[in-house]
Amino acid sequence: MAVKFKKTTAIEIEHAVIDGVDISGHWSRMFEQRVIFEYTPELIEKVTDLPDAESFAYCYQCAKCVPVCPVDIVGDYGPRKLYKYAQTGTDLLQSPGLWLCTTCSNCLRVCPKEVNMIKIMPAAREQAILDGNFVPKELQDAFENTAKSGNPLGQPQRKRDAWAQNAGVTVPIIKDLARPVDVLWYVGSYPSYHPRGMDAASAAARIFSALGIDFAILGKEEKDDADTQRLAGEKGLFEMMSEHNIQTFNKYEWKEMVVTGPHELNAFKNEYPKYGFDRPVLHYTTFLARYLDQLKPLLKHEINLKVTYHDPCYLGRHNGEYEAPRKLLQAIPGVELVEMDRNRENGYCCGGGGGGMWMDSYTDKHIKMRLSEKRAMEAASTGVNVLAVACPFEVSRFEDAVKSTGNEHVGVLDILELLDQSMRGKQ
Amino acid sequence: MNIVVAIKHIPSTADDLPIKGNNLDFDSLDFVLNEFDEQSIEQAVLVKEAVGGTVTVIGVDLIGELDGVLHLALAKGADKAIKITANEPGADSHQQAKWLSEAIKGLSPDLIFTGVQASNDIDGQMGPMIAAYLDLPYIGGVSSVEVAGDTATVNKEFAGGVGAKYLVNLPAVIGVQASTKPPRYAPISKVRQMAQTAKIENLEPVGEASAELTFKKMAPPVMTGHAEMLTGSSKEVAAKIVDLLKSKGLV
Repeated sequence: MAVKFKKTTAIEIEHAVIDGVDISGHWSRMFEQRVIFEYTPELIEKVTDLPDAESFAYCYQCAKCVPVCPVDIVGDYGPRKLYKYAQTGTDLLQSPGLWLCTTCSNCLRVCPKEVNMIKIMPAAREQAILDGNFVPKELQDAFENTAKSGNPLGQPQRKRDAWAQNAGVTVPIIKDLARPVDVLWYVGSYPSYHPRGMDAASAAARIFSALGIDFAILGKEEKDDADTQRLAGEKGLFEMMSEHNIQTFNKYEWKEMVVTGPHELNAFKNEYPKYGFDRPVLHYTTFLARYLDQLKPLLKHEINLKVTYHDPCYLGRHNGEYEAPRKLLQAIPGVELVEMDRNRENGYCCGGGGGGMWMDSYTDKHIKMRLSEKRAMEAASTGVNVLAVACPFEVSRFEDAVKSTGNEHVGVLDILELLDQSMRGKQ
Repeated sequence: MNIVVAIKHIPSTADDLPIKGNNLDFDSLDFVLNEFDEQSIEQAVLVKEAVGGTVTVIGVDLIGELDGVLHLALAKGADKAIKITANEPGADSHQQAKWLSEAIKGLSPDLIFTGVQASNDIDGQMGPMIAAYLDLPYIGGVSSVEVAGDTATVNKEFAGGVGAKYLVNLPAVIGVQASTKPPRYAPISKVRQMAQTAKIENLEPVGEASAELTFKKMAPPVMTGHAEMLTGSSKEVAAKIVDLLKSKGLV
């Protein structure tokens, strides 16, 4: 740091009269140089020197980010604090704080200086990984599984579409159809392999079918989008997966792509275009909201439940979709939709983003309770029967969280499952 | 220090194993690196980092897909990669040990690492057989290695949580159970860089070996019993558990 700050000299006047009003009083003597300037900038520069991470230095410690940071609410965190820690000798690239951010983007929403943790964190994590620093074991496993098996769960590629056998409707594979389709449905890894994800996938297949949508899936050719791995610091893995996926997507003729998950939406809509993919992609809530008029007559069975909706960070804050999920829920006869205090732009994070999905036992050591548990308690406090979600990460996270917080009476269901229940009656 | 790591590419058990005739259906399964070899590669790189030298990773290419594994090893810190192109997916550890030892002979290594066993045959014979073919000492079940001069101090694990420290004269073959530190993560950008730049030496298999074992039949194990799941509300389940314990005369 080349700039040397001169000690400030006080300008003290005995009396001050402004617009005829005497405002004389005692001077507040805070003219000592602030200790902050004695700190070394090396550890801040270590971050800001990384590509895309320069905004780390913009922080002027206003702390607006801290009360909205979902991690700070259950621990001691917040972007402002990371800056302060770097000033006072903590190397972000070697500190636990590197792995706690879920890239939920609520800090960026309120930051007057646009300190962008969504860019800083992946850059700092990537460097830490390249330097061979500590990387949580579970996260390494998710990376290795994605590279080896094409999905973070480590499930075999040839079983990617096995769920479709139990959907009760035909789920066409685009390769077998050998003709253009209106909608390419990218199912996603968790809906393809996780038991509760499969429930949502089957529900989606039945809804698309009932609406008469001309759709197909990629089947065994589908691989993980890897956007969450990118945010967790594995850019090389993301690039490898995106190259494969773009090639696969472009092999076929389709008009628009519908994704089950918000992370996939973010990948294909905001990140893949940087690698040459530029075709329309919609989250299923946005897509189905377009069919509300056709959908409503199909929703024959009353559900009679009090439901609250959790805004997924990557559907809401990152991609601006707040209304479609709510419209779908309100279209279900008997559903009473109530809001949690933190909703829409200020929605609380489930803790799964930015790689959090694969670091729970690591992050547990650094927070008082899981973010999903905090959110499950918020949902329960509204007196609802059901916490409705629209992201495949969330069903398993919140089902665990309602159990561990003693709120088992709150059911966790994807909006797809609720629509399907109303369409077919409770099975 | 000239360090050699002999690795095995084995069928992945992530999926159900398909059977064809009296062996696996090798065309419809994936091959992966033996997980104990991940430990032996790490141990080799740790020794190199401690005392200097080079790490050569060598394996038999059974299905023409070993390059990916070798690139990964190079990204983790190995210096040289060799594949013995056999294209015999069913080659057993006797054959592989013969081919590997013939190739390793020419490398005049100071230290040879193998994984202590592999999950396909679980016989733990690769290391001992390579040692026998090369007339070198073998020690397996090793969980840490420190090299000083021409000896290595190794920790060997025994059953029941017992460990022992051995002084091993080099050259020797060491079967690694676990590396001193957990295997490092190789960023994909490094692996891909290796895939673009690294040269993999290609050898023909040399030497005849027979397992003297023939497969008569291969079949999935027959299920002999099932766990019984108790269903109902927690009260009902609790009552069923109490009944069960009573019926067994346990309470």
